[in-house]
This record gives sequence, C-alpha cells and structure tokens, in this order.
Amino acid sequence: MLKITNLAKDFGGLRAVDEVSFEVGERTITGLIGPNGAGKTTTFNMVAGMFPPTSGEIYFAGERLDGKPDYYAFRSGLVRTFQIPRPFGEMTVLENLMMAPQHQLGEQFWNTWFRMGAVRAQERKLRDQAREILEFLNLDHLAGEAAKTLSGGQHKLLELGRVLMSDPKMILLDEPGAGINPTLLGEIVERITALNERGITFLIIEHNMDLVMNLCQPILVMANGKLLMEGDADSVREDPRVLEAFLGGVPA
Amino acid sequence: MIDLLSFLVFFLIFASFYSLTCLGLNMQWGFTGLFNVGVAGFFAIGAYTSAILTGPAYDDTILGGFGLPALVGWAGAMIAAGLAALFIGFVTLRLREDYLAITTFGIAVSIQLTALNFKTLTRGADGLYSLPKPLSGVSDSAFVDNALFLAVCVVVIAIVYVALERMMHSPWGRVLRSIREDETAAATLGKNVFGYRLQAFTIGSAIMGLTGGLYSSFVGFISPQDFLPIFTFQVYVMLIVGGSGNNLGAIVGGVVVWGIWSGSGSIIAAVLPPGLQTQGAAVRIVLIGLMLILILLFRPSGLIREKRVISEEAILDPAK
Ligand SMILES: Nc1ncnc2c1ncn2[C@@H]1O[C@H](COP(=O)(O)OP(=O)(O)OP(=O)(O)O)[C@@H](O)[C@H]1O
Ligand SMILES: [Mg+2]
Repeated sequence: MLKITNLAKDFGGLRAVDEVSFEVGERTITGLIGPNGAGKTTTFNMVAGMFPPTSGEIYFAGERLDGKPDYYAFRSGLVRTFQIPRPFGEMTVLENLMMAPQHQLGEQFWNTWFRMGAVRAQERKLRDQAREILEFLNLDHLAGEAAKTLSGGQHKLLELGRVLMSDPKMILLDEPGAGINPTLLGEIVERITALNERGITFLIIEHNMDLVMNLCQPILVMANGKLLMEGDADSVREDPRVLEAFLGGVPA
Repeated sequence: MIDLLSFLVFFLIFASFYSLTCLGLNMQWGFTGLFNVGVAGFFAIGAYTSAILTGPAYDDTILGGFGLPALVGWAGAMIAAGLAALFIGFVTLRLREDYLAITTFGIAVSIQLTALNFKTLTRGADGLYSLPKPLSGVSDSAFVDNALFLAVCVVVIAIVYVALERMMHSPWGRVLRSIREDETAAATLGKNVFGYRLQAFTIGSAIMGLTGGLYSSFVGFISPQDFLPIFTFQVYVMLIVGGSGNNLGAIVGGVVVWGIWSGSGSIIAAVLPPGLQTQGAAVRIVLIGLMLILILLFRPSGLIREKRVISEEAILDPAK
C-alpha cells in the first residue's frame, strides 16, 4: 500500500531521517514506535507531502508521491493527523469536520449560484455524517462552538473526526492516544479495528506500548533517524536493540 | 436645499466607489489575508479599459472610438482587471507571502507610469476626456441624473455585497477561511491552497476594476493622476477603519473615511490662505494616518467587528 525507499531528511546539519525504507501492507494496522526525536513525525510529514524529502522515494498504491503538491496525498486517499493538533480554531467544530471531504460541489464558487439545490443537499448530508462522528467522539454537544475553545484532548479527537470524514484508503495517526481518557481511547481502538476491517490501512505512531502491542501488527521501530527493526509484538519486545534504544543508549 | 442635496449625492457617489473597492480588497485582505499593495493599479486597468471601450475617437491614439455602451465598458473593466490579477497571481501567489506585496506595488507603479508614457493609448498626462456619462440627459436636471447614477452605484454595491456574502457562507468560503487560519492543515485535507488564493485574488481585483469603470464613466475624464499609490493607502485605511473581514464594515469604512477625507479637505481649503494649500493637502494625509492609529489603538477590529462566518448548513438551531 505504502512503500518508502531510502527516505532521508536533513534539517540544516541534522539528519532527522536517515535512509529509511519500509513497506506498509494493505489492510494492516502498522505501528511505528521509537524514542523521542527518532524521526517518526518527520517521516509522516514527508509521506503526507508537508515537505519534500532530501532524498528517497515514496509510493502510495503504486503511485509516486514525492515531488507532488502538498494536497496530492489526501486526494489519492492518504490522510494524516498531527501530533500537535491543528484545528481551524475560528471555525465551529462542525465546520471543521464538514470542510474535510473531497469533491464538494460547493467548493467551486459558481456552483453556489448555478447548482444551489445540489450544494445544499450535499451540505445537509455532510452535516448529518459529521454529527454522527461527533457523537461517537463525544463532541456533539460542542458542535456549534468555535474549535479553539476545546481542550487539548478534544482537539485530538477533532482531528480524528476530520480524518474519518474524508473516506480515505489509508490513515496516518500521530500519537492518537496522547491526552485521551482511557475509556474513550478504548472506543477509538475499537473504531480503528472496525475501520480496518472495512479495508482501511493504518500507520500509527504511538508511545503507549500497551496500545501498540495489542493493536499493531507489524511494528516498525525507529531510533536516531534509522529504521531499527520490523516485526511482531513479541519479536519487538525481545529485541535487545529496541531495549537499548528505549533505555537511552545510542545503538552502536 | 437642492445645493446641499446635490452635494450629498455627489459625495455618496464617490463614497460608493471607495466602498466598492473596499469590498474587493476585503475579499483579498480581509478574508484571504492577501496583501495586495496594488489596488490603484487594478482600479486603473478598469478605468482605462472602460474608457477605451466606451469613449470617443481621439486624433492621437491608436485604439478607441468604439463608443460601446457603459455596461459593456464596465464588464470589460472587470474582465481586464481580473485577467491581470490572474496573471500576476499566477506568478506570485506560489512564492512567499511578502512577494505579493512587492510585486503588486511594483505593478501598480508600472501601470501608472505606462498610463503616463504610453501616449498613443492613454494620451499620457493629458488624459482621456469626454467619456460618455451614462444616464446624463435622461432628465432636465443634472441633480436627477446624478441621483440616478448614485442609484446604479447602490445597486452594484448591493449585488456585489450579496454575492460576496453568499460565497463566504458557502463551502467555498469555508475552505478560504480554513486557508487563512492554517494553510498547511488545509493542504493536508486536500485543498489546493494556491488555487483558492488565486480565485480570491482575481475576484477581488475584478471588483476593483469594475469600480474603475464606474469611476471613469461618472467623472468623464481620467488621467494618470487618479491612480497614485495614495489611493491604495486610502482604501486600506477605509477597510481597517470599517472592519476588515466584514463586508458591511468595508462599505461603512468607505463612506466614513471618505467623509472625513473630503470634509477635512473642504475645511482646509476654506481656512488656509492660498499660499499654504499644498501644505494643507499634506495635513489631510497626516489626519488620515492619525485616524488609522486611533482606530488601531482603541478599536482594532474596526467600526464593525468581524463576525464569525458559519457556512449556511452548518448553522445549528439552538432549539434542537
Ligand atoms: N521542522 C524541523 N526543523 C528542524 N528540525 C526538526 C524539524 N522537525 C523535526 N526536527 C528534528 O528532527 C528530529 C526528529 O524529530 P521528529 O519530530 O521526527 O521526532 P519523533 O520521532 O516524532 O519524536 P516524538 O516521539 O518526540 O514526537 C528531532 O531532532 C527534531 O528536533
Ligand atoms: Mg513525533
């Protein structure tokens, strides 16, 4: 589904991602773990088209993604959430969700006049869909509020909601569990599993090891910008290199 | 009485030119955050286009004498300014934000200099004169004619206002608002940020061009003097005073600031001796600057605050 080869990113003198290659199989829930600063988010940023890689290639569903404009990944069915949420604060919670889907008639301004009925109908459909998702995320009572008034955890949920609105092929989640209460997190995990059964592929960055070990298969481990290993929960748990990376040592 | 009324009509016609230009700028600066420093340039393109399309033939120009109806002239003004914006936007809107400001400023100055020097098109400093004024002579009195022209301006502003409000409350406007807040997040959600900016820039400039067309028709004479950078400055002050990001504020700002501008001009002309008139003109600019500072200090959101725009179908009925 997603394949990256020899991906690298330099920030000035710092090599944040160093010649990383991996593949995410279709319909998997793949985990991506690693200590702080390992280069996980930077990898996401390149895959989602936020900035171009220094070198290397990215393929999604057989199509090359690197070098394409920043909105391209989404249009080919690849969406991401941000580690630090980026809601549209001045817009309402409901609008944050409604703006997400692709191919909205009303996004062409002339349709506002020439196809008013169709635009309205589509908007109502989006609204109902959005409210359903908000209900699931326990945000529905805030639907009409400006998004900036939400709490940090609620912002994370809001981003998840935006992603769910967009009917993607693959979802990249950057620390979906951070700051979410355990009960709701359990429900989100269920939701991820359900979506996965419907055919959506996931790549998830997460520091909550319980969550990763139970949900993700396979798991990729990064440290110091490099891909350390790839395997199932047990092999990751037992690998001495992983232990060393997480317990602070720089692998030799 | 009729003197006062006809002065008022005259004043409001000019105010409506400014209000309309402010609406165009509001689309760019207020709603999209595009710093267009070349408002005067798009206004000039509209004015010259309309003048050439509707005006008489001159002995010394290569293009003219079409004598087309005013409506055609105004449509042409919109299209010409819109096309210019499309082109300028296409080359600059991909670059860093400040490039738009630099480029539009440069282009506005170039347009003004072109108007001054391309004499076989614009007659240079002598200007294009005897432009037909629509609705003049429909009645016996100049006052009624002007009042009718004012009515046309009001209708145009109303149409533009309603159209812009509709657009901002549509999914299109929603994307525009998301881009203004966080373009990276908007792009991550598949929105073509550049495309939307280009649309907003073009629409706003087309409105400025339309104003130029109306202006040239009403005044009947245009010359490069009318399109100096000070015009752009005035329009920004109007938009900021009125309330950037609010279409009603844009209209109000045009009227209020034009009132102060022309009012102070009359007072200065009346009080100062003839020898000091040039200095008096400078005082006006200082006055406007002072007003801008006061507004920014005490009411930074402008006279009419930006209200939260919510797309039509996303407005929730609190009763539910
Ligand atoms: N935009 C940037 N400019 C400069 N340096 C950056 C930038 N983004 C990331 N870095 C650096 O790249 C390295 C990897 O950062 P990255 O955010 O990818 O880590 P991460 O694995 O996501 O860590 P965490 O688990 O803490 O989120 C860090 O050293 C960071 O300082
Ligand atoms: Mg990170």
